[in-house]
Amino acid sequence: MDIRLSGISHSYGDFEVLRNISLDIPSGKIVCIVGPTGCGKSTLLRLIGGLEAPNKGNVLQLGVPAEDCLNPLTYVFQDFALLPWRTVAGNISLVLEDHDLSRADIRKSIADVLARTKLSDFARALPKQLSGGMKQRVAIARALAVKPAVMLMDEPLSALDSQTRELLMDDLVALWTRQPFSAVYVTHNLDEAVRMGHMIVILSRCPGQIREIVHLEKPLDERSYGDSDLQFRQKYLWNLMRDEAQAADAELINV
Amino acid sequence: MSEEQETDIARQVAFRGGGFAPTPYRWIGLAVFVVLIGLAEIGTQSGFISPLTLPKPSDVLLTFVELYNSGLLWTHLAPSLTRLAVGAALGATLGIGVGVLIGLFSYIRAGMVPLIAAIFPIPKIALLPLFVIWFGIDEASKYALIAFGTFTPTVVATYGAVDNVDRTLIRMGQSFGLSWKSIVRKIILPGAMPGILSGLRISLAIAIILLVAAEMLGAEHGIGAYILEAGSLYNLERLFAGVVILSLLGVLLSSVIGAIERYVLRWRT
Repeated sequence: MDIRLSGISHSYGDFEVLRNISLDIPSGKIVCIVGPTGCGKSTLLRLIGGLEAPNKGNVLQLGVPAEDCLNPLTYVFQDFALLPWRTVAGNISLVLEDHDLSRADIRKSIADVLARTKLSDFARALPKQLSGGMKQRVAIARALAVKPAVMLMDEPLSALDSQTRELLMDDLVALWTRQPFSAVYVTHNLDEAVRMGHMIVILSRCPGQIREIVHLEKPLDERSYGDSDLQFRQKYLWNLMRDEAQAADAELINV
Repeated sequence: MSEEQETDIARQVAFRGGGFAPTPYRWIGLAVFVVLIGLAEIGTQSGFISPLTLPKPSDVLLTFVELYNSGLLWTHLAPSLTRLAVGAALGATLGIGVGVLIGLFSYIRAGMVPLIAAIFPIPKIALLPLFVIWFGIDEASKYALIAFGTFTPTVVATYGAVDNVDRTLIRMGQSFGLSWKSIVRKIILPGAMPGILSGLRISLAIAIILLVAAEMLGAEHGIGAYILEAGSLYNLERLFAGVVILSLLGVLLSSVIGAIERYVLRWRT
């Protein structure tokens, strides 16, 4: 299933956040959206998943999602959004309970996603017992459990320290390599973008417009920490963004 | 030269990070009671405090034992506990229900919040005659008074608690396509639970106050009736015995809620 954004504009009152965004998100690829703070990256992601409705333009699903897909557009949030009163397994079970699944099926899915995210030993732990990295792994497991057609990741690693971030990036790449998924990956971190993205969309400062789309051909599992080729790309992206970021930083917040 | 100077002026960095962190000390609370009651006992025994001002704590205890032995304790306590249980359960259940509805539906909120604000400050005791006319002189009017009194604070605490549920969790539920019912039952209600329980603490204390008020205005048996009778006879020992029962009831209810909190909210950090 592909996603097509056609002519999307959005404002909050008088404040224009996004202007005329058109973009195709091909299936099986990770599309990174980068841009300076407050350029509407997260708003765009909320529009794609239907958590907000755009003022103008359409978000289209092209084709039908796979038959076993329970929630085609599934988010991974920056702040994890785990229910603190449910265990790791309970949090995953939450998103399966509303579907027509037997208890055995639910148990099987939970065991499967926990194994894929290396969380099997933590099934009965409560979120308060987990580190940030573990919490985000749980959130990723929860997203995988509903077999999404497109994962919508809103700065998934931004709340983590840089070491945990490296580990999780490796995990995400491994997950993708074993079973490619489509994802829209919003981040302000260019390093993450060049490591995770098949396609990097650079947004301008407010109102967000597409400035450039960069395609990276190198397979995800061959990209690694400190790769000189990637650093070169990253530098290129940073040069594109630098002035925008500086201007955005000096702006008054208007939300 | 510098090395010597440095060692010369080496000083331990003074610790200044203490305090402002509540630490539980178990026995101090009990000790305060013991000391206060002990002082009262010494004062009354020695004649420093006249028996007209304060009864001897030991006499109060004796009265209490007498009350217990005569079986009258139960005659007074049973109807009181029934009234409290029925009234508070009614008020709290309705209060939580209405509070959740206010939290969930904007129309209900717009209609009910001003109404609740209008009836909250009414001293419910003032309405007892009205309740007697509506519900009769016996138990029903007392249930109604206690229920009405617990209802308003519970409503306010509950809708506040619902408002405070983490919006990101609700968005998460929506983004996974959870049904409205599931979001309410699995995200909003458990998320509001801490606020609801702390509201119940206040509501139940109010329920005890209203229980006594209702019983003072017309009841043959009950802690309130017992206190009223003792008061009109200037029997301070019995008055204090009654008051002690109320205090114990308050402490008991509060610790029951504490236990429920520890169990239901064990996920909290």
